[in-house]
Order: sequence, then C-alpha cells, then structure tokens
Amino acid sequence: MEHAAQVVDPFIFRLSIFVLAVFVGYFVVWSVTPALHTPLMSVTNAISSVIVVGALLAGGVANVSSGSGWARAFGFVALIFACINIFGGFLVTQRMLAMYKKKSK
Amino acid sequence: MSANLSAFLYLVAGVLFILSLRGLSSPASSRQGNLFGMIGMAIAVATTLANHPPADGLAWVLVIVGITIGAAIGAVIARRVPMTSMPELVAAFHSLVGMAAVLVAAGAFYAPEAFDIGTPGNIHPQSLVEMSLGVAIGALTFTGSVIAFLKLSARMSGAPIILPFRHGINIALALALVFFIVRLVLTGGAFDFWMIVILALALGVLMIIPIGGADMPVVISMLNSYSGWAAAGIGFTLGNSALIITGALVGSSGAILSYIMCHAMNRSFISVILGGFGGETAAAGGGTGEQKPAKLGSADDAAFIMKNASKVIIVPGYGMAVAQAQHALREMADILKKEGVEVKYAIHPVAGRMPGHMNVLLAEANVPYDEVFELEDINSEFAQADIAFVIGANDVTNPAAEEDKTSPIYGMPVLQVWKAGTVMFIKRSLASGYAGIDNPLFYRDNTMMLLGDAKKVTENIVKAM
Repeated sequence: MEHAAQVVDPFIFRLSIFVLAVFVGYFVVWSVTPALHTPLMSVTNAISSVIVVGALLAGGVANVSSGSGWARAFGFVALIFACINIFGGFLVTQRMLAMYKKKSK
Repeated sequence: MSANLSAFLYLVAGVLFILSLRGLSSPASSRQGNLFGMIGMAIAVATTLANHPPADGLAWVLVIVGITIGAAIGAVIARRVPMTSMPELVAAFHSLVGMAAVLVAAGAFYAPEAFDIGTPGNIHPQSLVEMSLGVAIGALTFTGSVIAFLKLSARMSGAPIILPFRHGINIALALALVFFIVRLVLTGGAFDFWMIVILALALGVLMIIPIGGADMPVVISMLNSYSGWAAAGIGFTLGNSALIITGALVGSSGAILSYIMCHAMNRSFISVILGGFGGETAAAGGGTGEQKPAKLGSADDAAFIMKNASKVIIVPGYGMAVAQAQHALREMADILKKEGVEVKYAIHPVAGRMPGHMNVLLAEANVPYDEVFELEDINSEFAQADIAFVIGANDVTNPAAEEDKTSPIYGMPVLQVWKAGTVMFIKRSLASGYAGIDNPLFYRDNTMMLLGDAKKVTENIVKAM
C-alpha cells in the first residue's frame, strides 16, 4: 500500500508551538518569586513588543499601491509604539532589578 | 538569509524570552535574565531586517527614524518614572502593545503580500480569522489599559462607573463583534475590519470603567494577559514563532497573576470582571463600632515602645506608596536594628496597586530583600512579635476576614497582625479602607493609632529615637 505524501498545514505547527509555549509559560511563571512580580509585568511588556517584527514588515513594504502606502504609515506608528515599549520596558526592568540587594555584611 | 535559518533564529529569540522570565525566579539571576530578553529582541529585529529588508531608501529612513523616536521616548520614560508610578506605567505600556497589534494587523490587511498571506482583497480566510482575533483583543487591550492608566494615575476617579443595562450593552457589543469577524472572514472587506476595531475599542472602555480601584491589581494583570494573547494572534498571522511563543508566555503570565490576585482577595475572577466593588456605598456589613474609642498615640510613645521591643514586623500598604514613606521607614528600621531589634517586613499579595508593588518600593529604599517576607511565610511569626507596625495598609490586616461571617471580605487571607503584642497603625484617619469596610482592630486595647501622613509620622518617630 502506498500513501500519497500528506502535507501538514503549517497552522498545525504554529498551534503546536503555541500550546507548548502556554505550558512552558505556566510553569516558568509559577516559579517567579512574588517579590519580582512587578519586574515580571514590565519585562513581559517588553518581550511582547517583539510584535515589532510585524511593524518592520509593514513599514518596509514596497510602495506600489495606495494600500502599501497605508501599510507603511500603520507600520511606522506601530514601530514607534513597539520601540517605546521595548526600550522603556527593558530599561525600567533593569533599573528595578538593580535595586534588589541582599543584606550587606 | 534562507527561510529556514530565519525561522531558526526566531526560535532562538523565543527561547531567550523564556529564559528571561526564568531568571526572575530569584533576584540574583534576574539581571542576567533581563539581558537574555534584550539579546532575544535584538536577534528578532536583526533577523527581520536581514530577511525582509525595507524595500527602498524611504522605507529604511522610516524604519530608522521610527526606532530612534521610540527608543528615545522609551529610554527617557524608563529613567525618569518614579517607582511609585510603576502601576500606571505598566498600564500605559499595555496600551501600546494593544495599539501596536491593531496597527500591525491593519498593515497586514492593506499589504498582505508583504506578510505572505494573500493579495489585497483576497487574503486567506484562515489568516483573516487569526488577524481579526489579534485586532479585537489588541483594540480591547488598548482602551482598557488607557482607562486603567487614567484610574491608577488618579486622572479619573477610582470609583466604579455603573451604566444602566451595562451587561446588556456588553453582550450586544460582543455579539456585533462576532458578526463582523465572521463577515470579515467571508468577504474580506475593509468596512468589516474597521468595525471590529471600533467595537473592540468600545468594549474595552465599558469593561474597565465599572471596576473599582481596589480591584486594579487584578485588572492590570488581566490586561497583561490580553496583550499577550493579542501578540500571539498576530504571531499566527505572520507565522512567526518568536511572536507566538512570547504571546503564549505573556498570556499565561498575566492569567496566573490575575489568579494569584483574585485568590489573595478571596474573589472570583468573574465577580471582579462584573465590577462594582470598591465604591463609596459598599460600607454595608462589618461596621458595628463607629462610636468606640480608639487609643491614639504620639510619635514619642511609638519610638519608645519600639526601641524597647525585641522583634518588630512592618506591614506596608498603598498608603506608604502614596506618602513616599519608604525611605523614612528604612531609616527607622536601621535605627531599630542598631538597637538590637529584629526587623522584618510582611507583604500581602494585594498590597498596593499591582503585584509586587511594595517589594519594589522597599528595594528602592535599600531594604535588603531577605528581610521581606510573603504572607504565608510570616503569618505564624506575628504571635512572637512585640510590635506589628502597619503603615498605610488596612483591609489586608482586618480580622473581620477571619472572624465575622457577615463581612464582605470574610474568607480573604489576611496578615494576622493582631497576634502581635502591640499593633501600631499609621493612618490618615479612622476611615474605612478601599473596600469600604470598618476595621475592628482600630478599637482594640493593644492597638495604638498614629494618625497623620505616613511619611511625616515616620520621620517624627525617627527624630524621637
């Protein structure tokens, strides 16, 4: 019996990554010490701004039609917002984490 | 760069983001974790620019100018923001993630060929489903976070705003939202796309305005979660594993924080979302002893008693943040330690306006983190403490939560400060706390009330020592 090669929809691969990452997130976040819950929120803010990759694609699109003109404009604004978050989020987290010190002596 | 290599690099970025959260399991490893996060972000951006470089000179200019503006604003904010304003800063950041998700989806909608999801007017239906979910959650996160920001920064009253028929309005909006999502998938029309944006923006406002100030730690965690799911939705549209992994991480992180906050208030998530808690009218129940006398003390009394104690547990709350009293508090603790007094700090999970808020403020005032304890770890120690020093906290110390079945907060885990030899309360007045509930502790024999601004009172105690 010969099977025709079946192609798996890439969506299934993405869904697998997503579901597994939810589980990873679940275990990793439960192991975060409550004392660092505020830095956790600011760093999750920063990393979720990896949406910047979408902004780069939209902002850098070839300008061939009115549609791509709009895409550039949306991408440009999204890029600014995402970068505020990336730099603001990582730097404010760094500033906070630098303050956590052990007993001196 | 080949497609396989770039997909691999996005995976590396995703793993680095996981490690950045993993680092937060202890303060010692956290700084390295943050560095991993930055490297992951740099890899993701560099990979995108290498694989899909901006199409022409103007596009390069736009990209470089956009990054420069964003970086400059972000860096200035990160340097200048006072630590007491972290809750509103985080809310503002959530709103930017939400808006960025909407804008990226709009970009993908108008230039689908750049995202490999079809041609204009003829986008794959599956991509439209993913995109519309990302847009709807993103828009809702945006306006919801803006309202949370306004409430947290006191630009808007923290009291719940209850509209008539609000549940009916929300259900109608949600149904309309589903209708336009289905229509967008079937027709791919721009009108439907923007209707989804508008409806989700409205829904975000209506969802957050009925939620009171005391429930803000839950709201801010919930919006954290939403911003993650929105990013994941866009990640599916782009087929980008870094974005999918990050969205899933952030989504579950926010969900867990919401759960922890709800648990610490003994409230169900649903009752928080439905809102209405924390208003002026919620004073029913619990308040029996309005006329009872409270023992008032002076800073000199407090200083004398504490210097002669052997163990003091400090319980900070939102009032400490408002008064910026953390530095004066640490000075007081330093003097006590020099006198040979053992000093510890006890933190309730919902003290302050966001998870971990008090820990950051104490860290800012140079309090070593190994003197700061969570509720479960320190509750048994109050019985051995001579003094519980409550500064700006109220509801989280209310014995009614354990003793009075009619109290609205009955069942909520609280810090058992009343077991200490003497309880000192620094408060502005004898008024009830954010939940609108009278605290019977104020009128007990072993309680000493120190009325006034938390910072001034603490400074006076330091002087008296």
